[in-house]
Amino acid sequence: MAEDDKTKTTISTPSAPGTNGRNGKNGKVGLVEQVTTTVKDDIQSLKTDIPSKAKEQIEGLKDPTKTQVYTSIFRHKHDDTPRNRALGVLSNVFLHLHPAKINRDAVRYSYTWGMGGITFYLFIILTYTGVLLMFYYHPSKVQAFRDVLYLEHDVPFGKILRNMHRWAAHLMVIAVWLHMFRVFLTGSYKKPREFNWNIGVLLLVFTLLLSFTGYLLPDDQLGFWAVTVGTNMARATPLLGHEGPFGPQLGMTPYNDVRFGLLGGSIVDANALLRSYIWHCIGIPIVASVLMIVHFWRVRKDGGISGPAPVMLTEEADKPRRGPKAAGE
Amino acid sequence: MDWRQLWEICSAPDNVPIVGLIPLLIFYIYLAVRQARANDQLIAQLEADPAMAKTHHRKTWPFKAGWQKEVHVWPFLLRVEFLGAIIVTIILMIWSITLNAPLEEPANPNLTMNPAKAPWYFLGLQEMLVYFDPWIAGVVMPTMIIIGLMVIPYIDTNPLGSGYYTWKQRRFSISTFLFGFIIMWVSMILIGTFIRGPGWQWFWPGQTWDHNRLIYEVNRDLPDIFGITSNLGKGIFGAIVVGGFYMLGGGAVYSLFRRRMPKDFQRMSLLQFSLMTFLWLTMVALPIKMGLRLLWHIKYVWITPWFNI
Repeated sequence: MAEDDKTKTTISTPSAPGTNGRNGKNGKVGLVEQVTTTVKDDIQSLKTDIPSKAKEQIEGLKDPTKTQVYTSIFRHKHDDTPRNRALGVLSNVFLHLHPAKINRDAVRYSYTWGMGGITFYLFIILTYTGVLLMFYYHPSKVQAFRDVLYLEHDVPFGKILRNMHRWAAHLMVIAVWLHMFRVFLTGSYKKPREFNWNIGVLLLVFTLLLSFTGYLLPDDQLGFWAVTVGTNMARATPLLGHEGPFGPQLGMTPYNDVRFGLLGGSIVDANALLRSYIWHCIGIPIVASVLMIVHFWRVRKDGGISGPAPVMLTEEADKPRRGPKAAGE
Repeated sequence: MDWRQLWEICSAPDNVPIVGLIPLLIFYIYLAVRQARANDQLIAQLEADPAMAKTHHRKTWPFKAGWQKEVHVWPFLLRVEFLGAIIVTIILMIWSITLNAPLEEPANPNLTMNPAKAPWYFLGLQEMLVYFDPWIAGVVMPTMIIIGLMVIPYIDTNPLGSGYYTWKQRRFSISTFLFGFIIMWVSMILIGTFIRGPGWQWFWPGQTWDHNRLIYEVNRDLPDIFGITSNLGKGIFGAIVVGGFYMLGGGAVYSLFRRRMPKDFQRMSLLQFSLMTFLWLTMVALPIKMGLRLLWHIKYVWITPWFNI
């Protein structure tokens, strides 16, 4: 094959005339001859090479996992071997939060209730539906309420989009509470997970704040009065609110206290709507995402999920669990 | 019985999550109690039989020699997560198709909603406004709840019950948390949602909301009962009462804790113990103050020119 190729190249290369004995004396005849031979040769090769290449191609398609495209995406084989099962988790950016193997009892639903994962999944749903809602929403007094009406009545699937965002938010609050409840009941905040419990408490606070800032955005009576009631409490902040203990003594008025800072004004109005919107869509999600990263990271670093661990007996409470002393020396 | 009123409250779209919360809580408490009981039985069994304790795998689920202790995440965990995601998606889909998110009239500062309720998850705090001034109910309490939750791992020195459900090994911490979460947080939300009507007045389920109802309540302050009239006297009296609550309460907690839970007491440092006592007494102060108000119509205990408690 390789030698054939060489010959052909020589024939069809115009830069090397005269090197081949078959060239006629007349240059023009030689050229025609050359072209004819080349074309004939090409036709010949079409008959043989292309079918064989096509066959090769079809053979290759029978096992797509061997194609270059596939192997460039998936970095390992997927035969059902323990090694590949582990690699499937470890070499995947979305799954690598998980260890390759876990305690056989840790997959039991009755222990974890799955509430942490459900919370995270709801956060993803909320981000997704929230971004879609942002395409239709203007955070201004003139348009906000009309945009919600528009979403409800004219935007294709707008109603289900808004409904889903709302119900997922409520469900997320419930899931966070149940997650915390479970973590408490299983004593999972105990050493070495104290710090992660704290991150979790902050995430709980941010979940509530996310929901609360979103409440105002439809700019209807429900949101307006809920946020009015909520932020009126800030008037009474000790030291920093104009109706709070020692607030007036420190020079707090409705126009410079902490509530003014939250609302961007002394009443719930256009500035409050804009501030809510920015906290809701940008500020808090970024902070919460960073905390979530830390939260998940620490779950792994603190030794994976806490259990179900073997029960401890009362007399073992003050004994070291590991090391030579634990062995009774 | 005004069924229509009851239905209106229960079917208000934003109240549906709270209606759903009740069976969810009941189910998960049942799940926890069942496992805690099984574990407690196992613990009792192992404590009675030291030989068994040395060889037992210490879980209530069966385990046989030769079984692998660990399983692959792919597929054993991921399939559960995938299934969970699908189920949540289906629930959300059905919920979103069948129930519309509430949208009322455009915001109107001149038309006050009555009752004007905070979002449901803050109704516990709003309910507290009945019994406390806004600076306590709206600012100090949430701050204390957050701080209190955050210090839990640092003041709970009991090493038992880490990673498994149990009741007998952690009676105090679990009952405290249940008190705070179920009684003080969830049930206040339920009251705020289902009971409170116009004027934030108490309407039993099924009782028609009467927007014109007036209740004449004469609230007194604690110093008045003792005939203290001067501002200085009221201030000093209140400080003594509140300080006395923490002193006497602290003494009671000390006395009980030392006797009932000597091991936990031994493990705790002075700072841990005093923090725990302070937070615990503060939490207990809420129902006490509520009781004072409901039973004897006492509004304030401590009156100063700057703040009232």
